[in-house]
Order: sequence, then C-alpha cells, then structure tokens
Amino acid sequence: MNSATREAYAAAVTELAATNPDIVVLDADLAAATKSGAFKKACPERFFDMGISEADMVGTAAGLATCGKIPFASSFSVFVTGRAFEQVRQSVAYADLNVKLVGSHAGPSCGEDGGTHQAVEDIAIMRSLPNMSVVVPADDVEAKAAIINAVDQLGPMYIRVARLASPTIHDADTYEFHFGKGEVLREGTDVTIIACGMMVPRAIDAGERLAAEGVSAEVINMHTIKPLDEDLVVSSAAKTGKVITIEEASIVGGLGTAVCEVLSEKCPTKVTRIGMPDIFGMSGAGGELLDIYGLTADHIIEAYHAM
Amino acid sequence: MGTDLNAIATQMRIDIIESLAAAGSGHPGGSLSCTDILAVLYFEKMNIDPRRPDWEDRDRLVLSKGHAAPALYAALAERGYFPREDLITLRKYGSHLQGHPNMGDTPGVDMSTGSLGQGLSAANGMALAGRLDGKDYYVYCIMGDGEIQEGQIWEAAMSASHYHLDHVIGFVDHNGLQIDGTNDEVMTVNPIGDKFAAFGWNVLSINGHDYEAISAAIDEAKACKGKPTVIVCETIKGKGVSFMENQVNWHGAAPNAEQAAVALAELRAQ
Repeated sequence: MNSATREAYAAAVTELAATNPDIVVLDADLAAATKSGAFKKACPERFFDMGISEADMVGTAAGLATCGKIPFASSFSVFVTGRAFEQVRQSVAYADLNVKLVGSHAGPSCGEDGGTHQAVEDIAIMRSLPNMSVVVPADDVEAKAAIINAVDQLGPMYIRVARLASPTIHDADTYEFHFGKGEVLREGTDVTIIACGMMVPRAIDAGERLAAEGVSAEVINMHTIKPLDEDLVVSSAAKTGKVITIEEASIVGGLGTAVCEVLSEKCPTKVTRIGMPDIFGMSGAGGELLDIYGLTADHIIEAYHAM
Repeated sequence: MGTDLNAIATQMRIDIIESLAAAGSGHPGGSLSCTDILAVLYFEKMNIDPRRPDWEDRDRLVLSKGHAAPALYAALAERGYFPREDLITLRKYGSHLQGHPNMGDTPGVDMSTGSLGQGLSAANGMALAGRLDGKDYYVYCIMGDGEIQEGQIWEAAMSASHYHLDHVIGFVDHNGLQIDGTNDEVMTVNPIGDKFAAFGWNVLSINGHDYEAISAAIDEAKACKGKPTVIVCETIKGKGVSFMENQVNWHGAAPNAEQAAVALAELRAQ
C-alpha cells in the first residue's frame, strides 16, 4: 500500500482528539495540503487557522501549551521550521513547551514547487535546538504511531512528514513505536545502512539486493533523529565496520551528521552520507527528483562498493 | 482601593535600581516606564495567588518587552512569589532571575520572553485555551513601543481580532524611546492607536503613570466584548529617577554604585 505520512498525521491527530480534549491543531492556511483540514472537519472548535503567519501560529501554539493544551502546529516544513525558526527557538524550545511542530512537504519529494518549498535544512536546524526532539516517520503506520507517541511525550517535538505517498513497510496491527530507539529491520554484519523517512523502503531494498550479492547489510530505520539511539549506532557500527546513512535532506546537519557525531567520538567508523549534497532542490516530479539527487537503493549499493 | 499603589510602585523602582546595580547590566529605562502598569496589575487587578503560581484559573501576564524583566521580578517579589533578597541575584550565574524572563525558572512568570515581538501571540494562545476550557481569566500583554516594529505583533493583532479575544488586554508602553534613539528617528510607530483600531481592536489611551487611569482603563477593557483591547500608555522612560527620565542612554545601561545611590535617595524621598 502507498500512503503519504501527511495523511497519517491528520488521521491520527483527528482520531486521538476524540478521546483527548487537550489536543488542538493550528495551521497557516495550508490545512488542505498538510491534511490538517481533516481535523478541522471533525473538531472545528479546536482547530485554529492562523492565516499565512507562521510566526504567530507558533507563538499562539506556545501560549496554548502553557495552559495544558497539546498543540500540533502544522505547515510546510520549510515554513514551520524556517520562517518561524526564532519563534520555535524562543517561545517553544527555550520555554520548553509541549508544542508539536509538524512539517509536511519536506525534502525534494515536495516536487514541482521547487527549491523555495523543499526543506533540506529542517532536520539540521531543529536538531540544533536544546529541548527539541526530531522524528521522521518512515511510513503511514509509523507516522500514526509517532503522533500517538507525541501526545504522550512531553516537550517540544518536530515531526517531519512527506507530501508523496510511499510504501507501507510496517504492519499496522503489530507495529510498536519506541521513541528514541532505532528499529533494526534487517540484521547484518558487513555494512550498516541507517535511513529515515521515505528513504527507509529504499534502504530495505538495497539491503535485499546486497544480500543477493552475498553482502550482509544491517538496515536500521532511525525514525527518531533526536534523541539519537547512540547505543544502536555504536553497536551496529562496531559489528559491521562500515556505515551508510541516507536521508531526504541535506547531508549537512541531519541524520548523517548525527550518526557521524556519535561514531567519531565513540566508535570511529567509515561513514558515507547520502542526502542532498549541500544544494537546494529544483522543480520536478517528486519521485523523479529523488532519483536525480541520488536518493535511491542503487546509490546505497554504489556507496557500499565505493567504501 | 485600600492599596497604596504609589508606595508599592516606589518600592518596585527601588528594587529595580538595586537589582540592576547589583547585576551591573540590564535595562532600567523601560523597566521604570512600565512599573506603574505592573503595580496596578499585580496589586489591584490580577486574579492571582502567589502560593499557587500554576493555578489554572489565574489571570496571566506576558511581558512581551522582556527586557523589562527587573520590573516584573520586582512585582513578583513584592507580591510574594519569591523572597525580595533574590532580586540582587538578577543576571548572575545560578540565579532563577534570568536577564529576560523564563517561565521554567521563575515562579509567577507566565511566559518566556525577551526576543521582541513574540509575546502577544502567546497571550492569544492563552486566551484561546481559556475560552476552550470555559474559563474567565484575563491575559495581559505588555508591549514596548519600539517592539511593535516587529511584524509578528501585527500578525498577532490580526489573530486576536479575528478570534474575538476580548480576554486579551494589551498595553503599549509608549515612552517614545528605543536603543538607537526616539521611535520617530528609528522607525515611526505613530499613530499606534489608529493602527490597532484598524486591526479591529478597542483602543484606549491613557497616562501610564496614573494609577486611577490604568485601573479604569482595565475596567473599561473588560467591559468591551467581542474584541481585544489595547491600552496605549503614555509613559516616561526612566520614570522616577530624574537623571534617567527621557534619556535614551539609560535604555540598556545599569547604574554604577554612585548613580544607584543618587537614584535610591531620590526614590526613598518620594
């Protein structure tokens, strides 16, 4: 099944709101795109469209959080983390308030809107804020689970969701989301592939194809980028001796950087980072852009052979 | 009224000078200009309980012009949220009194502020929460006149009006001065009242050092239903210390021991 994580965000928050009166949702005139419009329909009194004013949206969410509300503030990732960065820093992260920022249309898979709208830096800038946690769900099942977790997890959180539909890799009936714990999808001994978001299915694919070549790849879904599962990163790297990271974001400051930070201090290991190579994106079909920017299973396999 | 607001405000001004002198840095001018507003709020108007700073039915105050923290801390200390002795730890390592207010550190601080322009949005959020919960508390937001040059203030002004937040009561501490000079030299903000009125607010204009006028304006604001009220307060930067009054250089400079002694002598004679 193919589904977009943004759809799962809206469905989950709407479902949860039925039993949790503290959940409120804010959007900045993108409710149709972030899908938060579903919540608006179900709980109009708890939905606040703030208009095209992300700074005010984030500040208002902070005020709601001081009164015990659990605000989800959604917009395109580029706006909610970038346009409103300083509001996120001061009114949410510094104040340590229970605001959940949901950034959709992240990365080049945002597509035709082009580089202005394709956030490549969002993971890096959110990760750099004290108190902020960062979650990038791999599929719709995990996105729903991550939203459920976000309600229980006190404190500022950034959840990155995608515009494009992507394959469902988890079983909705059995999947358990463990905040801050990477998910080992395939055990291996020759190389560790650490992925997040819609790169995870591609990492699984690469792992299977490497296995056919006789290469034993360990594939990890690192849905929580902050706090990073350092123990898992270190233990897997110590076992395989080679690490490849892949993310639909800049290689500057994101998942790959987080992994390198841990390994350089605790278990120096050769790492190849795959992601947007410190460039802005361009217009194009989202899926096509992922191929053009080298965010594919082929590139993971190539990277392995080059290591 | 029963409360000697003049005595309280004078004591707050003494606290401000003492804490800033001890800190060796900070913002006296804008602290002294909003002292009387805070005195009326904390000692006459606000429905609060210092023993329960997190009481969910309490009125809230967002000091959007967070650099006036010494004035807020003085009000909170005098009101009994924490010991007066704490005030001289202002801005020092390990103190709960940060250079700008931080809700996680200081009992009675309802919102972390200091980066200008952000407080009104938070105040709106508090008012929306109160409405959702069927509560009747008011949210007061104190803005600087220079601060309203920030675009977010006007985003929030639009929101408060759009959502009919009649439990948001804003104050603009209109002392006419900001770091680089007068408002008019730096960036014209007048006519402040007309701007808020154009955004759909009920606008009141008063002398921000007149306790009765401040009190009456708050009553009038509460009587206004369906829209937020802003009280534009004409104030004097550095009010109460003669050599600081209307002097832009006292925006962000603390008095030294000698200057503090002169200021305190003046205040104690009032």
